[in-house]
Amino acid sequence: MPDATGLELLAAELGDATLETVYFRERATVVVDPVQIRSVLASLRAHGFTFLASVHGVDHYPEEPRLGVIYELLDMGRVDRITVKIRVPLDDPRVESVTADWPTADHQEREVYDMFGVVFEGHPDLRRILMPEDYEGHPQRRDFPIGGEPVIFTRDESKWLETRE
Amino acid sequence: MARDAGVSPSGTDSPSPSAYRRREESITLAPVEEQIDGVEGSETTEELLTLNFGPHHPATHGVLRLLVTLQGEVVRDIKPIIGYVHTGIEKTAEDKAYWKVIPIVERMDYLSYYFNAMAYCTAVETLMEVDIPPRGQYLRVIHLELNRIASHLIWLGTSALDLGAVSIFLYCLRERELILDLFEMSSGQRMHTRYFQVGGVIEDIPAGFEAKLREFLKVMPERADEYGAILNSNEIVLQRLRGTCPLDAETLLSLGVTGPLLRAAGNPWDLRKAAPYSSYDHFSFKIPVGTVGDNYDRFAVRLAEIYESVHIIEQALDGLPEGPFITEDRKVSLPPRHELATSMEALIHHFKLVTEGFRVPPGEIYSPIESPRGELACYVRSDGSSKPARVHMRDPSFVNLQALRHMSRGSYIADMIATTAMLDPILGGIDR
Repeated sequence: MPDATGLELLAAELGDATLETVYFRERATVVVDPVQIRSVLASLRAHGFTFLASVHGVDHYPEEPRLGVIYELLDMGRVDRITVKIRVPLDDPRVESVTADWPTADHQEREVYDMFGVVFEGHPDLRRILMPEDYEGHPQRRDFPIGGEPVIFTRDESKWLETRE
Repeated sequence: MARDAGVSPSGTDSPSPSAYRRREESITLAPVEEQIDGVEGSETTEELLTLNFGPHHPATHGVLRLLVTLQGEVVRDIKPIIGYVHTGIEKTAEDKAYWKVIPIVERMDYLSYYFNAMAYCTAVETLMEVDIPPRGQYLRVIHLELNRIASHLIWLGTSALDLGAVSIFLYCLRERELILDLFEMSSGQRMHTRYFQVGGVIEDIPAGFEAKLREFLKVMPERADEYGAILNSNEIVLQRLRGTCPLDAETLLSLGVTGPLLRAAGNPWDLRKAAPYSSYDHFSFKIPVGTVGDNYDRFAVRLAEIYESVHIIEQALDGLPEGPFITEDRKVSLPPRHELATSMEALIHHFKLVTEGFRVPPGEIYSPIESPRGELACYVRSDGSSKPARVHMRDPSFVNLQALRHMSRGSYIADMIATTAMLDPILGGIDR
């Protein structure tokens, strides 16, 4: 892990893209401007963080901007990790896709889209991945209720589809 | 049908297709040019066959569906379709107290339940800054490595089954029984044991566990020798594994692949060595690596890992420290039963822990461990209450599945079956 000073140096290098740095439990997190996410990840890659371990979403309900996307970068040579985080508002949850630079983000961005409704612009195939494709809503948001999911059997499938249209 | 931005199904107005077909429409296959690209002498006019493989097919190792585009017998494109066993575990976890989440996350990757619990517990422990007593750490290592062997045994058995070697499946399950018996001894359950708790393990190992474990440790390497002897002299298995579907380490890294698949391609990345957790730095063990990264290397690396796991367990058992197996912090772990009869304070702690659970200071953490399939990490966000605000599992199967297309393109469909087996996908972990 970069230590607290290392994190500040790294954040200073990212320039005006950095919004906030968090050093918590010996883990470094840098919150960046969502518009510049691709260039931020590219400059961190030049620093040696060449492996994108994970992309996942989080909902900061009820704070705005509510939706967060977290990129976990790993430097295998120095065994160093850094977390890059962006926050986007609920009414305009758009962020540029990083799949072109990091092919591993493909399925993971689809999962964030599916679960939180963050739209990754430029993603080659942005569809739901875990939920059925005609599902309404984004279930991992904090204000999405638990329970009451109808169980669909083949015998009443057509009836069920009619009621939804 | 309401649909969110970004995706629009083609041809929704086409004359009344059945409801089933309508839901399929948004799946687009890669353009024909892209699928055929790079094949010498191929004409795009040649007919392509799209084969629906799964979700109920014995060779998909779960409810995995693959849309395979074939040119003759050669795979040109694969589109994995997942989500059939999505049970909303991450959503359910947000509705439970921290310690009640453990049995739920265990059910994600159902062959490596100790690892799921470990990833989650280490994340919560880091947030709370709880220290695990040495005995608890060693007991965790013993159970993790036993679980790794059990997981590899199921992988080996089912994979060999796909390759036509039937008897090895029975042998593998025979040894797995021994491990499950040990789990039953230490925790009372054979699967989904809920043995790991925040702060350590729920109970000490019972009398007789050590003797039985030593018996197993003596038997296991001999049995692993036998598996190797059977499979390495089986010409059919060798022909289907050697040189099929290799992928270099660089491509694997760009696809986020970790674990035995990456090590088979020659990259010795293993979190147990690179960033040791739970006293892994106390043990000496080797990391098996492959050379070319074909299916045979993937097989050989996992088989070699079984020996290394046995070696780790032996050392952990020999050096098992005395002392508590779970943290003494009464705000986190339940007081022992005998204290409840004499101490009012213990009774209050017990009541608070069972009803509300412990509170975790606000913050976010991403905590990775090395599971049998690669980097298994748990992201936990706490808002200061007694329930997590977000639990996310970075499941290695989910990420590794993306490599299947790159591995199998241009190979025969039979090799794709072998590659799926060597990928070791666990659909419970993929879909969560």
